[in-house]
Amino acid sequence: MELLSIDQERVTAEWIDGVSRSLQGRISKAEVDRELRELYGALVDGLRAGDEDARGDGFSEVRALLTELSRNRARQGFTPSETAISVLALKQALEPALRNGSAEDTTAYLRLARILDDLALLTIEAYTRTREQIISSQASQLMELSTPVVKLWDGVIAVPLVGTLDSARTQVVMEKLLQALVDTGSEQAIIDITGVPAVDTQVAQHLLKTVVAARLMGAECTISGIRPQIAQTIVALGIEFGDIVTKASLADALQHALRRSGVDLVTRQDGGR
Amino acid sequence: MTVPWAPEAPPQTQPITQNDDVVRSRQQVRTFAQQCGLSLVEQTKFITAASELARNTLVYGGGGEMRAGLVERHGRRGVAAVFADSGPGIPDTDLALTDGWTSGGGLGLGLSGARRLVDEFFLDTEVDRGTTVTIVKWAR
Repeated sequence: MELLSIDQERVTAEWIDGVSRSLQGRISKAEVDRELRELYGALVDGLRAGDEDARGDGFSEVRALLTELSRNRARQGFTPSETAISVLALKQALEPALRNGSAEDTTAYLRLARILDDLALLTIEAYTRTREQIISSQASQLMELSTPVVKLWDGVIAVPLVGTLDSARTQVVMEKLLQALVDTGSEQAIIDITGVPAVDTQVAQHLLKTVVAARLMGAECTISGIRPQIAQTIVALGIEFGDIVTKASLADALQHALRRSGVDLVTRQDGGR
Repeated sequence: MTVPWAPEAPPQTQPITQNDDVVRSRQQVRTFAQQCGLSLVEQTKFITAASELARNTLVYGGGGEMRAGLVERHGRRGVAAVFADSGPGIPDTDLALTDGWTSGGGLGLGLSGARRLVDEFFLDTEVDRGTTVTIVKWAR
């Protein structure tokens, strides 16, 4: 406690210097200054309350500030080290005071050091938690992004599938497809699997379920984009698509869907001139 | 069965403990299948078989690992993958290899289908000890 108040100005200045040097100007010094002075104040208050444990009540203010700081660093793309240095640099800033200090100062320093180490670990935890939140929100965004339902014609919608089709994605595809059938009043749906690298029994089962669900809603489903290697693999696996219409390309499937919905495509003899 | 791994490239091990590992195993097998010069159809067949077996290892074997790599026998090159788990094992292998039979909720074509997709297929299983499936495909 005394250690922090004796030479307050010099220590904070050195601390702020150390931290902003490690951040290489990616955060303005004024901002670091504001953050750390606030933190310093909270830390002194915590120590004054006589708490020995970084996870104790006395340091709740410090922890809140540090969690906020770590969260911002994680969002701005700093590394875990660059986040933890915000706490650890204070230890370095305190070292000069020890050189001419008494034995009591050293004991106090060691006690403070232990608290600071705990707080540094706390920043890493908060940092990681924020990163995980970012990753999981990106994963769900990606899942939404990669399954658009597009309208090809009046009464004809299509879902171009890209990537690996697992249970979670199938669920999203199925929900979006069924909702789109209702919203657009379509009776023809095309599931295009050109972008699906491998069709194994699980993928096939998911596709079959989606088609059956669409049928229950009165829509007809066509699966398109079956490439030669996929066709041969499906045959060897022994998967049967039953009476589900499958086509090699999306164009074939569209033509089929249009014919089923009573639209005639006519090629003019003069070649469109 | 002893797998004739190609001497110049040791096989790689991929743990299979979660869903993402199935995708990873598939990607690893794809690299090897491309390396030994399988045609696109053969590649897709082998990758699909590996995908089935990796999922079986995870779902029915409770997790395990895959060892995959290039193989060589009498100057022929190919790709092999060994899936091993220490799960409950398969009590009746003939039944398990019957089309349409499943102990879970799948289509019942994974194991039997995988056998049809590859050139060599070895199933070694013991109840309560685990299951090891080895698949090999040779380049034409």
